[in-house]
Amino acid sequence: MSEHQSHADDHGQAHYVKIWAVLLVLLILSVLGPIIAPHVEFGFLKAWMITLMTAFGIAVVKAYLVAANFMHLNVEKKYISYLLATMLMLMLLFFAGTAPDVMEHKGQNWENIAAQTEVEQALESQSETKAHGGEHHDAAH
Amino acid sequence: MSMTKPIATTRSATGIATGKLAVWWVIGSEIVIFGGLLASYVLHRIGHPEWAEYASHTNTWFGAANTFVLLTSSLFAVLAHHAAEHGDGKTAAKWLLGTCGGGLVFLCIKAVEWTGEIQHGYTITANGFWHFYYTAAGLHALHVIAGCIIMLIIANEARKNVELHRVELIGIYWHFVDIVWIFLFPLLYIAK
Repeated sequence: MSEHQSHADDHGQAHYVKIWAVLLVLLILSVLGPIIAPHVEFGFLKAWMITLMTAFGIAVVKAYLVAANFMHLNVEKKYISYLLATMLMLMLLFFAGTAPDVMEHKGQNWENIAAQTEVEQALESQSETKAHGGEHHDAAH
Repeated sequence: MSMTKPIATTRSATGIATGKLAVWWVIGSEIVIFGGLLASYVLHRIGHPEWAEYASHTNTWFGAANTFVLLTSSLFAVLAHHAAEHGDGKTAAKWLLGTCGGGLVFLCIKAVEWTGEIQHGYTITANGFWHFYYTAAGLHALHVIAGCIIMLIIANEARKNVELHRVELIGIYWHFVDIVWIFLFPLLYIAK
């Protein structure tokens, strides 16, 4: 192996280690997000919004870094990106198609009584547990 | 008997090697499988406010430790690919064994975590949240086990400098398994 090649190899390996280091920093930020969120909320920016942004925003960035650099999607033929994007679109189609029936328990002409009852009973049980000191956690409710 | 490879393994209409194309299609179908599962989880999580309390019992530190392990094993996998590209099968095999080791550490952490949860009564039948928790993490763990087995076979070949292109193929699969966990982590451990 020539000296030039050896330098190129070192550079390639260093690049991967650099991406890994960035991924670890992002991991630490995503863990810290929910811890620091209550202390930095202001105005309309609530703690839960900061948690969601640090959790899922960072997850998207991490996934992009892995796909582009480790899976080499940035240099792969566009065919692969189109294939993956199509599958993601199918997933979104599934989400959009079922969302109204699952996320809501009541519509104009229908009502999911079983789900409503489940939510009500569980919330009631949780508030009772809190009222009794919050020590006992019943996993089944 | 002819020793030439079947045409299907050597021709390439897309300009992408057939083996690699097959792996990408596997990943495409996996996106629908995991994507469907995770989308279902998100739908139910939004529709069931009581799940927030259930989710508060998952241990963020176990999840974070496993994320660290999988990210590191992904680094090992890409370094194995790098070595294989340069015709260094022995080094590639070593990195693949390291990746496989990461998979084993991941599974051990999962085993400890699940044991504690089950002992506290958080079983797969406890409620909807725990159904999803064990199904999603369990399906992912099965992919980790499958990846480790395939990786050991490929590492054994790479050690002898045989079929080195397969190092990249298992690497692509492993990075996908890593990406699935990257999304499972905030869904199950962070968003409480």
